[in-house]
Amino acid sequence: MARREVVVETRNLSMHFGGVRAVDNVDFELREKELRCLIGPNGAGKSTFFKCLTGQLSPTSGDVVIRDIIMTGREPHAIASLGVGIKTQVPNLFDELSTVENLWLSARRWHGDRRANTLVKETIDRLELGEIRSSIVGSLAHGQRQMVELGMVVAAEPWLVLLDEPAAGMTDEETFKTAELVREINKTSALIVVEHDMNFIRAISDIVTLFHQGSIFMEDKMDVISADPRAREIYLGHKT
Amino acid sequence: MDLFFSLALQILYGIANLALISLGLAIVFGMMRVINLAHGEFLMLGGYTVVVATNNGVNLWFAMLILAPLVVGLIGLIVERCLIQWLYGRMIDTLLATWGLSLLFIGIITSIFGASTSTVISPPLGTVTIGEYTSSGYELFLIFVVIVLLILVYLTLKFTSLGLVARATMQNSDMSACLGISTSKIYMVTFSLGAAVSGLAGGLLAPITGVLPNIGVIYIAKAFITVISGGSAILAGTTSASVLLGGVNGIMSYITGPTFGEVALLFTAIILLRLMPTGITGRFFRKSQ
Amino acid sequence: MRLYGTFNGTLVVAGLAIIFTLLAPSIFQFFTIITLTQVIGLSILALSLALVWGFGGILCFGQSAFFGIGAYAYSVAALNIGGSTGAVFIAILAAAIFAAILGYFVFYGKVSDVYLAVITLTVSLILYSLMRRTSGPEYKIGKALLGGFNGTGSPPLNVPGDGSAMLFPMQTFYVSMAILIIAYVFTGWLVTTKFGRVCVSIRENEVRTELLGYDTRLYKLGLFSISAGIAGLGGVLFCVGVTRVTPDVFSLGQSALAIIWVIVGGRMTLIGPILATFVLYFLTSSLGSQQIFNANLVLGIILVVFVLIVPNGVVPTIMSWFERRRTKRYERQKERRMKLRKHRATG
Repeated sequence: MARREVVVETRNLSMHFGGVRAVDNVDFELREKELRCLIGPNGAGKSTFFKCLTGQLSPTSGDVVIRDIIMTGREPHAIASLGVGIKTQVPNLFDELSTVENLWLSARRWHGDRRANTLVKETIDRLELGEIRSSIVGSLAHGQRQMVELGMVVAAEPWLVLLDEPAAGMTDEETFKTAELVREINKTSALIVVEHDMNFIRAISDIVTLFHQGSIFMEDKMDVISADPRAREIYLGHKT
Repeated sequence: MDLFFSLALQILYGIANLALISLGLAIVFGMMRVINLAHGEFLMLGGYTVVVATNNGVNLWFAMLILAPLVVGLIGLIVERCLIQWLYGRMIDTLLATWGLSLLFIGIITSIFGASTSTVISPPLGTVTIGEYTSSGYELFLIFVVIVLLILVYLTLKFTSLGLVARATMQNSDMSACLGISTSKIYMVTFSLGAAVSGLAGGLLAPITGVLPNIGVIYIAKAFITVISGGSAILAGTTSASVLLGGVNGIMSYITGPTFGEVALLFTAIILLRLMPTGITGRFFRKSQ
Repeated sequence: MRLYGTFNGTLVVAGLAIIFTLLAPSIFQFFTIITLTQVIGLSILALSLALVWGFGGILCFGQSAFFGIGAYAYSVAALNIGGSTGAVFIAILAAAIFAAILGYFVFYGKVSDVYLAVITLTVSLILYSLMRRTSGPEYKIGKALLGGFNGTGSPPLNVPGDGSAMLFPMQTFYVSMAILIIAYVFTGWLVTTKFGRVCVSIRENEVRTELLGYDTRLYKLGLFSISAGIAGLGGVLFCVGVTRVTPDVFSLGQSALAIIWVIVGGRMTLIGPILATFVLYFLTSSLGSQQIFNANLVLGIILVVFVLIVPNGVVPTIMSWFERRRTKRYERQKERRMKLRKHRATG
């Protein structure tokens, strides 16, 4: 079987803040419809790396390549325009607008009014947002807001999805629903997910990339990484 | 040679003038991120204090150096307690409310004093001759005053406990509150001091510009632009912006006349902001006061 | 709080405005009607600011810059062409293009909101400064002398195509009201389009809008230019009403007034600022004639009071008051219905 093509690649990617090397010469590859989790302790550089992919940060050096197009330092809207769905660490929503309006703005970017309205309805059903469809998003609970933001991502029908801590602040039930949703999205899209919640990661991922001090320490299946003594030391800080 | 000195003096005065009218606003902006659009009126009120006082026999120097800052400082205190303190964190609302305040002051002064000058005070200290050119002795005096004032503010910030507390609050108000510093009191004191400095500036400039109810309007535009261009560090920002903008203004005025000098000042500010949106001290001199 | 006005609401207001236009000559004195043209021009300035600030979230301290450019461009063009129709379009274009160039430097340079406000004010002041010094006979564009602080005359509107058939004041009033109504309906429609709704989303959360794939710089530039064109149109009507354009159109006072109208009228509505312009204009004129309450004083008090107590402006505050009453009534009805159901179930 031929290997699927590489859709996201970074080459020697570095991000320096003054003297701090938040991301240090990272080579990374993601293939078509692959689901990868990025894990690592706080300060390991996962979120910085993530922001270099989304265009929210302009890397100090190195390249970000998406579907063979060099997108290093391009604006976030340019990257999103390639068909990339992005969910940020702190939920970025239109707080004074309703759930429907939030979703509509996402869908309307790609389609005319009619198709956008249909997509919004489909997304609401898919994510079970029916009860809060008319609620003003700013008044919703944190977990619900995360769901709405996921809805915005999904409504755009992206081929690549970048999620930064999608399960943060969610109840167990919501986390379960999110994991299911992520697996479903994976049927049609590639995903990069930054996460801390180990159960969530085990539920969704195949290969996991462990970051440490700005570099990729290990890249393997979750069970392999959990068993590795050096990886455990990075997370837990003591020798086993 | 004489021309050079005379010109240099003129430009230096222009820079000092800009720094003088901006310092009060810079103190308030740098400390509290409050842009007080009534600042021009604080200057105007300082001027009126001097005029009213001298009309009633008070010594000019006393009126300018002591009375004006005291009166306007007090007004600043009242303004802070009654208006500004309710609007912290709301930058746009503060802009608008202080704009309203500015109109209010203009209205009150016009109602009391009428729309034209009450008295013209001739600048003291006569003239100074450099070869063929004469310069105003008072202008020279003002240059020295500005330098002294800047040094005073620097010393206060760097070496007094008030200055330390103020700097701490400016850098991290939450932390300062945790350390037991009453940020509300600090803001109150800072705003009053900024107002007092503005009152002093307005009083000192009264002999040169005369006093009219709407003279503040000219001040506020220039001061506003200087402070924003300078960035949030009080001294470094005001000084660097004044030097740059005042210098451009002075040179262009000499070459093409005062109109284009002013236009050049405003133009330079726009380009400066385009290149350095957080002001000069947002980009360079980030560790300065 | 409903942030998108419904277009139906806009049409209702437009209908009322048409009725007002038809009835006005019988209600008001002739002199008042003549004055109305300039006030209409000013209210269009307010409308343009409500669009760019209220809906777009872009605070523009110097909206009067585009207002003034429109006025000057119209006057100069009309004096040279000999007719008003082309001049009106030139004025709108001049204001919009100027804004587009300025906006390009600002939005593509990613300058923050507050600094944009300063820059537009600075530009307005530059123009004020410049135009005041154009007194000499050498300062002219074609046939039009710029006239320094006295300004230059503004030819009245004429029937399209016939340069000599100038409109009488009453006709000018009708035309001005028509233009205001068209501008208002256009703006109301614009806000409901995809373009308008993306602009609102930019105001709400620019980062998120960008992450959805919208080039926010382009949208902001577009909105900024359109509102400048509308402001320019206001400038045209203003100078036609006053029959003159002077550098005062660029003054700090003019900029301040525009902001005051929008705050008092309600920044999230389009009709609020328009009404506020009329009310405040006539308030300050009637105050100007007596000495006790200085106009500046009153305006200052109004501005301060509004920022502190009624930050949303008059129209939205009234609207939300009605909204709350309606919701309370609805809640009470719901309670009653539920009690009734329980009663029936147990009875």
